[in-house]
Amino acid sequence: MWFSCGLTVLIMLFVIGYVIIRGFSQIDLDFFLTPPRGGLSGEGGISSTIIATVYLVITTLVFATPLGVSAGIFLVEYADNIKSRFVQKLVVFARFGVETLAGVPSIIFGLFGYALFVTSLHFGFSILSAALAGTCLVIPVIIRTTEEALKAVPNSYREASLAMGAGKWETIWKVVLPSAITGISTGIVLSAGRIVSETAIFYVTLGGSYRTPTSIMSSGRTMALHVYYLAMETRAFDKALATAAVLVLLIVLLNLVINAVSSWLSA
Amino acid sequence: MTKEGVMKTIDYSLYYGDFKALNGITVDIPINRITAIIGPSGCGKSSLIRSFNRMNDLISNSRTEGTILVDGEDIYSQDVVRLRKKVGMVFQRPNPFPKSIFANVAYGPRIHGIRDKSKLAVIVENSIRDAALWDEVKDDLGKSAFSLSGGQQQRLCIARALAVEPEVILMDEPASALDPVATLKIEELMEKLKIKYTIVIVTHNMQQAARVSDFTAFLLTDSERAGNLIEFGPTTEMFTNPVDTRTEDYISGRFG
Repeated sequence: MWFSCGLTVLIMLFVIGYVIIRGFSQIDLDFFLTPPRGGLSGEGGISSTIIATVYLVITTLVFATPLGVSAGIFLVEYADNIKSRFVQKLVVFARFGVETLAGVPSIIFGLFGYALFVTSLHFGFSILSAALAGTCLVIPVIIRTTEEALKAVPNSYREASLAMGAGKWETIWKVVLPSAITGISTGIVLSAGRIVSETAIFYVTLGGSYRTPTSIMSSGRTMALHVYYLAMETRAFDKALATAAVLVLLIVLLNLVINAVSSWLSA
Repeated sequence: MTKEGVMKTIDYSLYYGDFKALNGITVDIPINRITAIIGPSGCGKSSLIRSFNRMNDLISNSRTEGTILVDGEDIYSQDVVRLRKKVGMVFQRPNPFPKSIFANVAYGPRIHGIRDKSKLAVIVENSIRDAALWDEVKDDLGKSAFSLSGGQQQRLCIARALAVEPEVILMDEPASALDPVATLKIEELMEKLKIKYTIVIVTHNMQQAARVSDFTAFLLTDSERAGNLIEFGPTTEMFTNPVDTRTEDYISGRFG
């Protein structure tokens, strides 16, 4: 067991170390500030892919957060009080759906997004299509973390609020949600990390243009996608590693943000 | 002997699903007095006290028969928000919100529509004073309520309940999670509060009932495990000269 644990850590350190050490030799300020150019040669930096990544993360979260958090609130605070058989069946089905969706490979959401948003709804390869597909991908994460966070709020808070004459929604809004905000924001940051690191789903919904996206209907290329393109379609393998190094650091940063947010909010 | 009650139950029964928890309770809660509800575990003390402000509504399969009147009006024909403003509640464990001391006490007035900052400040100060907590927290109103001790937290919860100017305060074993010193403070506080408020307290502690209450209601389960009111009367009479032998058994059993 010691051996397997050590081996796991070693492999992880080797992968991250390899990417970062080899990648960083390629990185300078220009790398961040210039867009990619050239076809096969894979010259240029990653500026436009950073913008596309940020753009996509924000757009996805704008869709996914209200939907996911509301669904979580409904499942925890309201679902069990509704007596209608039909609604109860629906809730069971929804819970099952959330569990299942959380385990579906991202490319499936990509294909779904391609069929529905890109083709049928004529959104084309765009931030919008990708964000909608991405929403499907991260919503289970947000719903589940919201559910867990709400369940962790002691019932005595709800009772105290209701006993003072507060309404149900007032109680949720003013007492329950503020108490659960740490858990909920963890879910949201986790989702941001998911969007940053997924490739396949955006390959078929976002397109691959390395031009800087100018609107929600622009096609684009996230950093993770850029790594894929550089590695598979150009000779610039070192640039792929450099981009990957930035990506790894970004994910590490997001994890630090999660820790900071939760310790700050629970203080 | 008893004054006209602000609250009364008339042949009130409570069910959780098929289970009958309270059976035909008729009792008059005297105004500006402390009424203790005593009885062994599972006799329905908490169920009864939680009936007065309709907290049992939150249990999805609960159902009632009979009537409870507050200010002469059936509690099920009045708006539940208004009812709970009139009938405040303090719980078994101190349950302040994870907010500042000020925000805890201001919570009630705020949900009932008071926005004016200076008005809120006055309400908060008066409520905390009435809960005998002011001198301990007046410089720390911005601090988290969790920084207080258990006993202080419970008095904060009392202040929070007072802030919406209720007529009645229900206390469900308010001192059961506190040490003797903190318990004594709560009991002294109740003595002061009854000048302005009608208080109902559930307690499993016989001495506490004897110490603080003016009237006592004794509940006991029948063969179907439903809670019945065995005896109700002035506390001193009930503890010295109970009418019902079951009351006597219970009281003397506890006193040894």
